[in-house]
Amino acid sequence: MARMLMALPKRRRVLQTAGAVAALSTLGFPALVRGQGSALKVGVLLPRSGFQGFIGQSCQKGADIAPGVIKDLFGINVELMNADTETSVETARTRAERLIQEGAHVLVGPFDSGAASAIAQVAEQRGVPLIINIAAAPQITEQGYGYVFRNFPTAPELVTNGLALIGDLFQATSTVPRTAVYMHVNDTFGQANTKAIQAILPRLNQLPFKVVDTIAYDPATKDLTVEVSKAKATKADFVLLVSRLNDAIILRREMVKQRWNPMGLVSPGSPGMYEEQFYKALGKLSEYCISNVPWYDPKAPLTKTVEAAFRKQFPGDSLKFHALNVGFTFEAILIAADAYRRAKSTAAKPLTDAIRQTNITSRMMLGGPIKFNAKGQVEGIGSACIQNLKLSPTVVLPAAAAEAKPVFPAPDYKPA
Amino acid sequence: MDPVNVANLAVAGVLTGLVYGLMALGLSVIFGVVRIVNFAHGEMMTIAMYATIVLFAALGLDPFLAIVPVAGAFFVFGYALQTALINPFITRPEHSQFMLLVAVATIMVNALLMIFGPSARNAQLDYLLESVELGPLLLDRGKLYAAVVACATSGLLFALFKFTRVGTAIRACADNYLGARVVGLNVKRYYAFTFGVGAACVAVAGCMMCFLVDVTPVLGPAYTLLAFVIVIVGGLGSMSGALLGGVLIGVSEALAGLFIAPSAKSMFSFALLILVLLLRPQGLLGRKP
Repeated sequence: MARMLMALPKRRRVLQTAGAVAALSTLGFPALVRGQGSALKVGVLLPRSGFQGFIGQSCQKGADIAPGVIKDLFGINVELMNADTETSVETARTRAERLIQEGAHVLVGPFDSGAASAIAQVAEQRGVPLIINIAAAPQITEQGYGYVFRNFPTAPELVTNGLALIGDLFQATSTVPRTAVYMHVNDTFGQANTKAIQAILPRLNQLPFKVVDTIAYDPATKDLTVEVSKAKATKADFVLLVSRLNDAIILRREMVKQRWNPMGLVSPGSPGMYEEQFYKALGKLSEYCISNVPWYDPKAPLTKTVEAAFRKQFPGDSLKFHALNVGFTFEAILIAADAYRRAKSTAAKPLTDAIRQTNITSRMMLGGPIKFNAKGQVEGIGSACIQNLKLSPTVVLPAAAAEAKPVFPAPDYKPA
Repeated sequence: MDPVNVANLAVAGVLTGLVYGLMALGLSVIFGVVRIVNFAHGEMMTIAMYATIVLFAALGLDPFLAIVPVAGAFFVFGYALQTALINPFITRPEHSQFMLLVAVATIMVNALLMIFGPSARNAQLDYLLESVELGPLLLDRGKLYAAVVACATSGLLFALFKFTRVGTAIRACADNYLGARVVGLNVKRYYAFTFGVGAACVAVAGCMMCFLVDVTPVLGPAYTLLAFVIVIVGGLGSMSGALLGGVLIGVSEALAGLFIAPSAKSMFSFALLILVLLLRPQGLLGRKP
């Protein structure tokens, strides 16, 4: 009896995996290739230290679980070659060079637009495919590169989806904020988002607010006293924020110190406020912050498989605190493995051709199939409105996928 | 522009600047006496910040109370570092001293990365989220406390050097190395003592800096650079110059952020540095060589 009980979780896991395999076979993967000989060497570039270290480590969890899940799905051996970009564009470039020298067949990463641009140049020069997990600057896939692929929305897509969700948020909560102050990190990602917002926002007449001031700041900042003071002085109804993680924490704390309670803190598509560290560092101050970001589909068979693997490898952790980072990093390695399975070669040319032909219909993240356009970009990745409720990222929009109703304005809101 | 907002930021700049000044004071003291430029200064402060965070996490010790054990430990550490490692380099060329301390700094950063990992840590204290109302001004409680400690520590340091026999002896060693030896002072021991005092000063700054920023292992180099900017603006070797330099940098960053652009804040520190180097190379309160 005891042995039976002990066997249950394993059996459940096997059944889950089998279910996912069956679903993948039906939807997107015609056949599984078992026992493919040599391992696919995947160079994983992530900012595991520096001011983006938390997010890099979060992404790394997605990479760490990938070989096991892919082995179960495809029977393929994936060998990870991990490199820390140290949140530095230059280090990202040199680490990419080194990974290629050490025999990486494909590069994956690097959660940063600046680093992605640098690595893309290396990948292109050396003729090694790069699959970008997270980076939104549109120019990366506008250069006519042949070896660069991205399974993440560009900044204009992110912002379009994010602003549309802001409109939905106002409608759902019957609120009409008239003004916003736009605060953003002054890096490649932040600037790409700013350009997109400046181009798209004026066209969206259904949004009732005007941006009264734009405040840029250093993503590695240690102090946002001046920035928050300037933003507070605008008396804007809410903050439109494009942040990273550490700065989002500093900004939220500074708002409390300066006793500024706008209607809310809303991101049209940036990291930071749904990350595990945001909750850990801020506790109840993290509540009600809103991020409109690409998210995972909790009902997808692949999500269930990934979730089981995640629980097994990180028993003290929960996938929902790493959803975006783990999801896109895992999918990037999945794309590489799927291409290898079809190409039956680790040589750059056939592997790149196979990546270009990718058509994965059963995926973890919300959106259409993983299919690259002529520029190497996946289109149609959706966003969800995630609000921090009860110290947990909670889907509040779109209504069909909502786990709770959105709360806006935030309860401690006091008109300026 | 709302004058209250300007005043708020100017006061915040002064408070932050005083803590910067305290940090730079250690560097200035060490250089003023030992004539060694401590290129591991920011890294030492980072270690002090980690020590404070560890004491807070393990024992619930408030960073204020942590000042005593952390500064004490740093005095011993500084004394030992000077005695064992730096004293043999005092008569060697400056580039050797530079390489030695850069190596020490690199070891410190990597040791911190190995021990604590790259994650940012902080002391989560409720009162750090509170503000103090002073008329129309709203003062950050953490910054205010840190500035008070910075002033008190600076006062103690001034008193040590001005009014004690040890301080007089140290000043003698700083003024005339050969003369001090001739009158029988154990110069190397006083150097070690001074390095210990400088390290303790950095430790106090580290304890207080926990009120202002989250600590990561890679924080050190940026603060080493900042300390250099401050002491060069104030005058290398001048204690009051270090405090003045800190305040000037703090205020200029705050006001430049308000009037020009927040992302251009640190540009103004360096602009100020260039201006001082051009117009008064010895620093605002420094003595001509």
